[in-house]
Amino acid sequence: MPTLFEKIRDRHVVTRRGDDVLLYIDRQLIHEVTSPQAFEGLRLAGRTVRRPGAMLAVPDHNVPTTPDRSVRIEDQGSREQIQALRENTLGAGIALFDITDPRQGIVHIIGPESGLVLPGITVVCGDSHTGTLGAFGTIAFGVGTSEVEHVLATQTLWQRMPRRMRVTVNGALRPLVTPKDVILAVIAKIGASGGTGYAIEFSGETIRKMSMEGRMTVCNMTIEAGARFGLIAPDETTFAYLKGRPLAPPPSLWDAAVSDWKTLPSDPDATWDREVALDASNLEPHVTWGTSPQDALPVGGVVPDPEAQPDPSERARMRRALEYMALVPGTRLTAIPVDKVFIGSCTNSRIEDLRAAAAVAKGRKVHASVTALVVPGSGLVKRQAEEEGLDRVFVEAGFQWRLPGCSMCLGMNPDKLKPGERCASTSNRNFEGRQGPGGRTHLMSPPMAAAAAVTGRIADVREVAR
Amino acid sequence: MIEKFVSLNTVGVPLDRGNVDTDAIIPARYLKTLKRTGLGVGLFFAWRYDAGGAELPDFPLNRPSFRGGEVLVTGENFGCGSSREHAVWALMDFGFRAVIAPSFSDIFHSNCLKNGLLPVTLPAADVRSMIDALLAAPGGKVAVDLPAQTVRGPGGDIHPFRVDPFAKQCLLEGLDEIAMTLTAAAEIDRYERERKKATPWLFPDLAG
Repeated sequence: MPTLFEKIRDRHVVTRRGDDVLLYIDRQLIHEVTSPQAFEGLRLAGRTVRRPGAMLAVPDHNVPTTPDRSVRIEDQGSREQIQALRENTLGAGIALFDITDPRQGIVHIIGPESGLVLPGITVVCGDSHTGTLGAFGTIAFGVGTSEVEHVLATQTLWQRMPRRMRVTVNGALRPLVTPKDVILAVIAKIGASGGTGYAIEFSGETIRKMSMEGRMTVCNMTIEAGARFGLIAPDETTFAYLKGRPLAPPPSLWDAAVSDWKTLPSDPDATWDREVALDASNLEPHVTWGTSPQDALPVGGVVPDPEAQPDPSERARMRRALEYMALVPGTRLTAIPVDKVFIGSCTNSRIEDLRAAAAVAKGRKVHASVTALVVPGSGLVKRQAEEEGLDRVFVEAGFQWRLPGCSMCLGMNPDKLKPGERCASTSNRNFEGRQGPGGRTHLMSPPMAAAAAVTGRIADVREVAR
Repeated sequence: MIEKFVSLNTVGVPLDRGNVDTDAIIPARYLKTLKRTGLGVGLFFAWRYDAGGAELPDFPLNRPSFRGGEVLVTGENFGCGSSREHAVWALMDFGFRAVIAPSFSDIFHSNCLKNGLLPVTLPAADVRSMIDALLAAPGGKVAVDLPAQTVRGPGGDIHPFRVDPFAKQCLLEGLDEIAMTLTAAAEIDRYERERKKATPWLFPDLAG
């Protein structure tokens, strides 16, 4: 009867208090922005880190993506946070992938790469996109700094059972339609708060056929629908991805681990509080027009008219969004010019994303009016992309090939939009000012972003790549 | 640490927007701090100030009649987006002690309770009429009584609200949650021993 979530939760209960359980946390990932106050809290209370060997830290939000970063980081606040991360992790005996480490990268990318994210575990990070790791069949969720501190001190967190939602996606994706389009369509369907209070399990043949990279893209944006947790049942694709990774179970324990993981998927008669179905067979590439990830439409569409919206508060929100985005209702999405293109972020900076973007960029040129960045999610992704020659494809097409980090996703490092600039972005949030004060974001997939780079406007990649 | 919360009777500040995300509450450039304090300067920065740094007079936080208010009354899905606890720290540093909305994002709601900022969920229609009343007669008072679990709107209207009993106790007493959890240290030890036997592959030393 239990769901995947319930099975994992049940094996992590340390003790109970009313409706809450004290959940054991197997792993914590740490980055420089949401951890300094947690370590400070420990110091002030005279506490120590309970299990430093269960933690991994990396600087990613603040780091510049240019080569000079190993010499000096200009911004004082960034420099101080990165230095604090070094001191805090060194002092506690916590592993750190520092700026010059070839494994450094975005926190949600490096965890899976190193094999520390395994089916059936609980894993947290002071970052809302931690749900990414649910792609492995884990309870993975973002927490605030107080909870980071709680996990440092106790290796546990208090949790209440979320409601259970299953999103079933069936149908074969058409060429150049990607997992990003699937999750944008799901968010558009259930809304930015449709998943609030839920753990969402993604299932169906479309999900089963996705690679781990694609599954991570889907789970990554679960939070944009309001859900703290996105999960996908582990299967042979999961096991094949993990086998041989540095922190995956060694050969002597591998078979035992896999047999354990095979017991995790939700039972066929599991109970769901809400079910949502999506037919992906006719899905088109999606693009956002507004300032919430729910504002996604097929690329063939037009900017919607708020006056046609019957709900007054939604109408007011849409008006505001169009004003911020400087868009007029009825405009074809493919008529919107862009100034910048960003291919990267914890949503879309894995090797498959870069291959898909490079396939569109190959033999074409970035439009004269566009600045385009490709930012691999980690040093390992970067190395693999270079071994495959993707960096040369991008550079020859006029893209900038950068060092790993969160980059232009969130406006905390030198990569940001200037006021009024419009960006085709493979990241996850199109909030006002997210990519820099006054910047305007259109979310889309890596091949769609590459198509925008070469045409200078939002474009249907299926026409560009024809 | 949780700051104690008992009751408030203060000017209600209406922010008539839905889906207010944590990037709007506190832009990322203000997160470059090692402290929990001083974040009020960045609160709603892009909405409070124009490009030249001058206050935008129409934004509620800048209107004289709403200054000093400690209760924010706002739209659905407040605090969506990033997990940054800085959003709560910024609201509290600015002077807010409670937020009333039809719904909150899960992480923001949790972050509120860890710090003593009271998130009050009321029916959308009640919040709508409270915002309308505050906009129609700026300076109206909103009272929040945590022990009684009621809000009194500017028109004297009383609205009961729900709060988790444990969270309520923590807020009223300003408890240290980590200290309480550490009273279960023996159970955590026992859990770890058993788990190490059952799933030994989960116990490599990541720093090793």
